[in-house]
Parts: sequence; structure tokens; C-alpha cells
Amino acid sequence: MTPIDAKRPLQLNDQGQLRHFLSLDGLSRELLTEVLDTADSFLEVGARAVKKVPLLRGKTVCNVFFENSTRTRTTFELAAQRLSADVITLNVSTSSTSKGETLFDTLRNLEAMAADMFVVRHADSGAAHFIAEHVSPEVAIINGGDGRHAHPTQGMLDMLTIRRHKGGFENLSVAIVGDILHSRVARSNMIALKTLGCPDIRVIGPKTLLPIGVEQYGVKVFTDLEQGLKDVDVVIMLRLQRERMTGGLLPSEGEFYRLYGLTTARLAGAKPDAIVMHPGPINRGVEIESAVADGPHSVILNQVTYGIAVRMAVLSMAMSGQTAQRQFEQESVQ
Amino acid sequence: MSLSIIGARVIDPASGLDRISDLHISQGRIVAIGDAPADFTASQLLDASGLVAAPGLVDLSVSLREPGYSRKGTIASETRAAAAGGVTSLCCPPLTKPILDTSAVAELILDRAREAGHAKVFPIGALSKGLEGEQLAELIALRDAGCIAFGNGLNSFGNHRTLCRALEYAATFDLTVIFHSQDRDLSAGGLAHDGPTASFLGLAGIPETAETVALARDLLLVEQSGVRAHFSQLTTARGVELIEQAQARGLPVTADVALYQLILTDEALTGFSSLYHVQPPLRSAADREGLRAAVKKGVVQAIASHHQPHDRDAKLAPFGATEPGISSVELLLPLALTLVQDGLLDLPTLLARLGQGPAEAMRLPAGRLQVGAAADLVLFDEGVSTVAGERWLSKGANCPFLGHTLPGAVRYTLVDGHISFTG
Repeated sequence: MTPIDAKRPLQLNDQGQLRHFLSLDGLSRELLTEVLDTADSFLEVGARAVKKVPLLRGKTVCNVFFENSTRTRTTFELAAQRLSADVITLNVSTSSTSKGETLFDTLRNLEAMAADMFVVRHADSGAAHFIAEHVSPEVAIINGGDGRHAHPTQGMLDMLTIRRHKGGFENLSVAIVGDILHSRVARSNMIALKTLGCPDIRVIGPKTLLPIGVEQYGVKVFTDLEQGLKDVDVVIMLRLQRERMTGGLLPSEGEFYRLYGLTTARLAGAKPDAIVMHPGPINRGVEIESAVADGPHSVILNQVTYGIAVRMAVLSMAMSGQTAQRQFEQESVQ
Repeated sequence: MSLSIIGARVIDPASGLDRISDLHISQGRIVAIGDAPADFTASQLLDASGLVAAPGLVDLSVSLREPGYSRKGTIASETRAAAAGGVTSLCCPPLTKPILDTSAVAELILDRAREAGHAKVFPIGALSKGLEGEQLAELIALRDAGCIAFGNGLNSFGNHRTLCRALEYAATFDLTVIFHSQDRDLSAGGLAHDGPTASFLGLAGIPETAETVALARDLLLVEQSGVRAHFSQLTTARGVELIEQAQARGLPVTADVALYQLILTDEALTGFSSLYHVQPPLRSAADREGLRAAVKKGVVQAIASHHQPHDRDAKLAPFGATEPGISSVELLLPLALTLVQDGLLDLPTLLARLGQGPAEAMRLPAGRLQVGAAADLVLFDEGVSTVAGERWLSKGANCPFLGHTLPGAVRYTLVDGHISFTG
């Protein structure tokens, strides 16, 4: 029996444009390319003396972070400000009441403030979907990271980084290294790379940190770092959370570094012009050696800059998709 | 009062009866099947031509939510919903507030159920105090108050020795113990079947071994203690294989599955709908096939609704923050008829899994049509369909089948010869 509420393109409007940005799953190559192209154009704005464009003038963007974040929250704030939007940021504690009640009640309150767009980060997988389904349909929802599920703007800024440094995706080998199991960044990256036509996507980690059925993303699985890095063009390192040491996933940070830490010697097995990426914040000496993080292959700080442009692109596209949808609905009523 | 049901296709899986016939009922009991006794005059005639008359359904797990959670459901509302699903006897699990670990709670439930009068209610008592798995509940006091079996729900015992003693104590008095075999550690924090769907959605997984490891342990302890055991809510193909092996070596264990496990798989979670959040979780398509085969073979004797009604707020949150459970007892018969529609079971076999099988597993005086037995019946029309949710009696609207067109429609449910539901 097929569920009546089976997957539907929640994040697209009737014309197939973005109206929310929840996950990269189900988005076309054309749409992802449009995000990258738009972000490219906004990079120029960031380079100008006056860094503002008026695309979201008069609109209110609300950053609602149920989970701590510095980088993502700040770059979303900057992105919204550069688009001339009014920006509110709320750090909502999850400890006070049950998460669900807090979330639903918070949403209702924000709706009442007539915000046009929510950027949401939440520790539960599926939180952004839940919000998009329950908030008033005129509000655009941007997923700033939900549990282990998705971090689509990080995924797109990683794609922008790869495209700007490697020119495209068609002939690339990309390795994602470390804690794939708990990583929403890895999930978004695997989907984006596949959609954009990357022919060789590899994930590298011990079995305790690889999700069951990771092959469904069209990736090759390696448990040996040196084999997995051989001749790759791009290395994406993931952050290893300290709490993984409890519960038997790993014996120690030291042993993880010994097996999966990216050192200069190991990077030598990749292509000579390989780039090294990391969503941050980095753990020096746990997943990456300082010499690599600060070295010539590293594009880790470029990622942060591109992050603002990608978030500007996503915010402006989702807002225009919402506006188009409302016009379309008004016209069809008339 | 007396009643004659005329011209129904009367199916009684226990006796192999399946023919067009009449049923005659007096003072709540079946007095004849076929010709009326010479001295019998019906005060009421019910024309049942075109309908199937079968033993009223026996549902081994219907959460009534009372006492303690009446915002989710009440004994009156949920037994009424059960009657609409064709149910005449049901067992309610001990997870109430307070927990059903004292005879006072059992008596309260039985009183209110009698007052409501929609279905016969058989409480399942807590095996341990507070379901905490540490100290035994007063099993004999609970038995004498009306508890027909004992279980600890999904709360496992903290230590194997305590569990072992609980089983030996229950065995002393020939009590039935109901197991929900799920290993606490292997399932800790889990939200969904540990497979590709959960991986894709980023939901923490509950591996198959959470069930099989606990089940293997429980079967060995059952064998050692000699306790009368029933395994409830099995979800995996490997799990029912373990039951089959135990039965093959002569262990008299019975088992049930949740009806929704025979219909849905973990793929339903795509889209994060909290309606599909259940514990133990929806499993893979291969598991569903294994369960269906076990139901067909009779390794699993009972299909239960595992009805868990919820208030709206309980499901109004991101998937992981919602409460697990599906409200579906009032669709029990039409939803189960999809198994006949799919060609898995013939109608008498399905009715056996919904009546005789569960009644025998719990030694309930139900599940068969015979002269002298209580007139607990369901009359349904196989030829029409039910649109799920057109009428809804349960307080819990947390049902993923709402809006679906299901085969068959319950026309009358009778408890002790009284009509408890008319559709």
C-alpha cells in the first residue's frame, strides 16, 4: 500500500522553482547549477566596497537556531544583510520544554511576527520538513542543518568550492573522509555530487562510522584511507565529535588520527593539485594535520567566503519562488 | 431477548464451518446454527443475506489510554472504535498511569469497560512493578482481579536473573507471559529500522538484532522455566524464523504481529511523516514478506492492531520528537481483508488469525461459533468497501490509512447477543 502522503516536492512551487530549501534530494542538476551560477554572481558583490544588493529589501529573515552554531548562523546573517533584508536571530534553548512543543510554539510566534523566511537549524532529522509542512505556506523555510539528515547550503557551498577550483564535476574523484554516519554534510555532499555528475565519489571511514546502505548514494566505500585517497582531486574531511569516543564507535582520537587523519604524507597519494576541504570547525590533530589545514592544498577558508554567496543565492531564489507562487495563485483565482 | 440471524455465510474456522446458514441467539448465547430449536421464537430477525457472519475479532493489543492518558483515548471511545473494527474481545496493555500493576487499576478498567459495553476487555497486567523490570508485580492478585496475562511491554528487565525468576514464578501458577522482545541496548536511541531508508533520512537505526538477540534469549529462558509464553509484535523475518524453530522443537509458544507490519515497510518514512513512527519500527520489505509467510503458515497465530491512539500534539513535532504508535483498531477488519485481496490468505484463515488464534493464545472464551458459546459475532459485507476515516470513533486520528479505500465493511458487531456496532 503506497502512503497517500508519499514524498512530494515540498520544496518546489508549481513552476518547479525553489520555495523552500530543505534537502538536495529531488532537486535537478539544472536547479543546483542555477544555485551555483547565482552564487557566483553574488561573489562579486562581496568583493565590492558597498556589499549590498536590494533583492530582499523590506523582507524579514528569521534565523532560528535550536542548536549551537557560529559559522552557519553568522554567514546566514551576513547573506541576508547583504540582500538588504531585516534579520532577526534567535538562539532557542532546547532544554526548557520538550523539543516538539518548543518548536511548534516558537514557529507560531514567529509567524505572528510576519517573517518572510525562516532559517532553521535543529538537532532532529526532518525538523525542516516538519516546519515547512506546518508553517503558513507563504513563509520560505531554509534548512540550516537538521540532525544527521541534511545541510543543503553547506552541500552547495562545497559544490561551489569544487567548481571554482576544479572547473566542474565531470572528471573528478572526490573523497569524503571520517564520520559519515553522523554527518548531514556528508549526506548533502553525496547527493549533490551525484546530481552534478561526479563520476567517482568515495567515502572513507571505519565501519562504525559508515551508515548502512551508504552505497545507495552511488559511492564507493573504503575503510583504508590511503587506498581511498589514491589519485583523488578533492578531499572533504569531516569533523569528528568528541562524543564518538564513548559508546564504542572509536577507541580514541589518537587511534582515529593514526588511521584516518589527513597528513601531508597521506595527501601525497592524491593528485598533486588536489584540494582539501572541511566544513569546520576543524580539530587539528584529530582529523587533520595543521600543516595540511594551513597548507597550499587547503581551501577551507575560501569555503567560508563562498558560504555567504551560496546563502545569498538560496535566500533570494527561495524568496522569488515564493513570490512567483503567490502571483500564480492569485492569477489562477482570477 | 432472542435473535435470529438469517441467511449469512457463517464461517467458523475452529470447526471448519463455512456455509450459508442461520444463527439463533438467546440470552446472549448461540443456541443453534442452522435450524432453530423447536421451542425457539426470535423476538428479533436480522436479515444477513450477502453478509459473512464470523466469530467476533479478538485483538491482543488495544491501548485504551485510561486511566492516565484520557486526552489520547478513553475506555469508552476506544472500545467503541474497536467494535467498529469488528472486535468483540480485546486485551489492553499495562502502560497506563498509574501502571496496571495493582488490582485497583485492573478493577477500574474492567468496571469502565462494562459500563461502556462496547467490547469485552481483558487486561494484561504488568509483570514487574511500575514496568521497571526490577521487582515482581503481585501477579496472583492481578490474576484474581481479571488480568489474563502479564508483560513488561518494551521495557526490558534490567537483569537476566530477575527476568528468569519472574518467569519461574509465573510458571508456578501457569500464568501466560507476553514478551515484546527488543534489546534495550541495541535499540537505544533508535527511531527506525536500521536500513537504507533510515540512513538516507539520518534517523538513528534499530537493527534487526535488537529483536533477534532478545528473542533468542527469551526463548531459551522460556524453555528453561517452562512458562506459558506469547511473543507479541514481532517485526523481523529472522525473528519469526526463531519462533518457528522453537515451535519445531516442541516449545508451545505463540506469536502475534501488528497488522500494519504486514502492510507497511520502512520506506513509508520517506518524507518524515510521524504517522509512521512506531516502536518496534516498520521493517524492510523482506521482513514484511517473512512476517506474511509466517502468518500464512500459522507460525504466527494472531494478527493484532497494536492500536495506540494519540492526541494531536503527540505527533506534531519532528519525527524523532513524536510519540510512536498508530491508531487503527477501528479499521481492523477492512485493513486485514487487504490480505485476502492480495491473495495471501483465504477468508477463513484470516478470520482464524483474528479470532481463534489470539483467543487460544490467551485462553480466552472467544473466537469460535458454537452452540452454548457467547454470541460474540461480526457481520460484514465483503462486496463493498470502506473509506477509512469517513466515520472516526477513536480519539486518536494518528492513522496513516485515513483516506484509503479498503475492502469490506463491518455491518454489525454483537457482544453477548447485543448489537455493539451498526455500520
